[in-house]
Amino acid sequence: MSEHTVRSYDEELAHLNNLIARMGGLAEAQLDGALQALVRRDSALAGKVIACDIKVDELEQEVHAFTVRMLALRQPVAQDLRAIVGAIKVSGDLERIADYAANAAKRALVLNQLRPVRPIAGVPRLGHLVQELIKGVLDAYMELDVEKAVKIWRQDEEVDEMYTGLFRELITYMMEDPRNITACIHLMFIAKNIERIGDHATNIAENIHYLVTGAPIRDARPKGDTMVPDAFGRDS
Amino acid sequence: MSVISQTLGSVPKVAQDSKVSAQDVNVYYSEKHSLKAVNLEIRSNEVTALIGPSGCGKSTFLRCLNRMNDLIDGARVEGTILLDGEDIYDRIIDVVQLRARIGMVFQKPNPFPKSIFDNVAYGPRIHGLARSAADLEEIVIKSLERAGLFEEVKDRMEEPGTGLSGGQQQRLCIARAIAVSPEVILMDEPCSALDPIATAKVEELIDELRQNFTIVIVTHSMQQAARVSQRTAFFHLGELVEVGDTEQIFTNPQHKLTQGYITGRFG
Repeated sequence: MSEHTVRSYDEELAHLNNLIARMGGLAEAQLDGALQALVRRDSALAGKVIACDIKVDELEQEVHAFTVRMLALRQPVAQDLRAIVGAIKVSGDLERIADYAANAAKRALVLNQLRPVRPIAGVPRLGHLVQELIKGVLDAYMELDVEKAVKIWRQDEEVDEMYTGLFRELITYMMEDPRNITACIHLMFIAKNIERIGDHATNIAENIHYLVTGAPIRDARPKGDTMVPDAFGRDS
Repeated sequence: MSVISQTLGSVPKVAQDSKVSAQDVNVYYSEKHSLKAVNLEIRSNEVTALIGPSGCGKSTFLRCLNRMNDLIDGARVEGTILLDGEDIYDRIIDVVQLRARIGMVFQKPNPFPKSIFDNVAYGPRIHGLARSAADLEEIVIKSLERAGLFEEVKDRMEEPGTGLSGGQQQRLCIARAIAVSPEVILMDEPCSALDPIATAKVEELIDELRQNFTIVIVTHSMQQAARVSQRTAFFHLGELVEVGDTEQIFTNPQHKLTQGYITGRFG
C-alpha cells in the first residue's frame, strides 16, 4: 500500500508498529527467562523476570495512550482503523503473555526450593514449541503475512496435545509418590500458563487475519486439548 | 425471440427496494466523457453518499438525477435513469414536475430574496399544492418544523430569508425543498459552508428526513458520509468504483482505489 498524503500519519503508524515490536521482543524474552530459570534452577533469573513484568505493562499503557490519540486525531478508516484496533488487541495479548511468563517464574522460584522431579523436561519442551509460535506470529504481524498467521493458528493444536500429554504424565508422577505432589502441581500450573500463552499467540494470528483481510478466520478453531469435557459431558 | 422473453425484456430491471435506478449512464460535456457507464441503485428511505476526489463525476451524476444537466450547453446524457421504474429522460416527462418529485439542496444556501414565509411558500404556490391561505400556512409551518427551523423563526416569518445565519439559511432551503413533498432529495455538499454546530443540525435533520424521503448526498467530508449515510458510492475519474453499505466501505473497502482515497493515500 502506498503512503499517506500526510506523512506524519505514516510515521505514527510506524511508531505504533515499533511499540508492538518492542513489546513482542520483551514478552518473548520474559518467557525465555522463565523457562531458563526453571531448567537451570536459577532463582536470580526468575527474580529478574518477575521484576521485568512492569516494563511490559508500561509498554502496553504506552500503546493504549498512543492508539487513543491516533483514533481521536486521525479518525482512521479501513485498513488504518483495523491496524490501530489490531495494535490495541495485540498489545493486550502480549501483556497477558508476559503475565503468564512472570507467573511461571514465580513458580520456578518455589520449585527451586523443592527436590527436582523427573517430568520437568516436558515443560520446557512445551515452552520451546510455544516460543516458536510467538516468534512466528510476531514475524507474521510485522510482515502482515496472513498465510504464516494461519499456519501458526493451526499449530496451537500441537500445543494443546502436548499439554494434555504432560497433564497425564504429571498425574502419574503424583500417584506414584505423593511427595511429588507439590512440585508437580506447580509444574502443572506452569504448563497451563504456557498453554495459555499459546492461545494468546493464536489470538494474535486471528488479529492478523482480520487486520489484513477485514474478515475473521472462518474455520472452527483447532482444539487438541481433550482434558476438558464438552457441555454434554463427553470428552470432546 | 419467444413471447416470454419479449415480455420479460420489456420490464425495466429494478431492484425491489430501489427508488432510483441508474443504468449504464454516460455523460458528455461537449467532447469530454465525464461519467462512464454508471450503474447504481438508490434505495428508498436511505441516505446514499457519493464520495470521490474533485472532478470524479459525483456531482455530475447527482445532477443527472433531476435533469439539471439539461441546463448546461453541450451536456449529453446517455443511458437510463428510472424513478419508481419510470424513465425520467422520457419525452413525456415534465421537467418541472420531475424536479418537484426530486428536490435539490445546493452547496451554498441560496434563499430567495423574499421573506422566510415566502421562501417556503414558493414551491407549493407554483405547483398549486395549497387550496387556501390557511392550507398554505400549514404547509409552510410543517415544512419549517420538519427542517428543525420553525422554533427559531416563528416570530419573524415576514423577515427576509437572507437575514438568517448560514446554517439557518441552509435549513430554510431544505424546508423549501420539502414543502413540495418530493420523494427524493438531492444534496450537493450541503454543509460545506457551515460551521460544525450547524453541520451537526443539518446532519441530524438528514437522518430524520430519511423516514419520509430518499436522500442522495454529495460530500467531500468522508466523516460526514460515514455519519449520515447507509450506502456509500465511490467515484473516480468518471467511473463508479465501488458501492456498498457505508459500514463496509469504511471498515473493509474491497477496491484498492476506494481504500487509497478514504485512508488519505490518494494521488
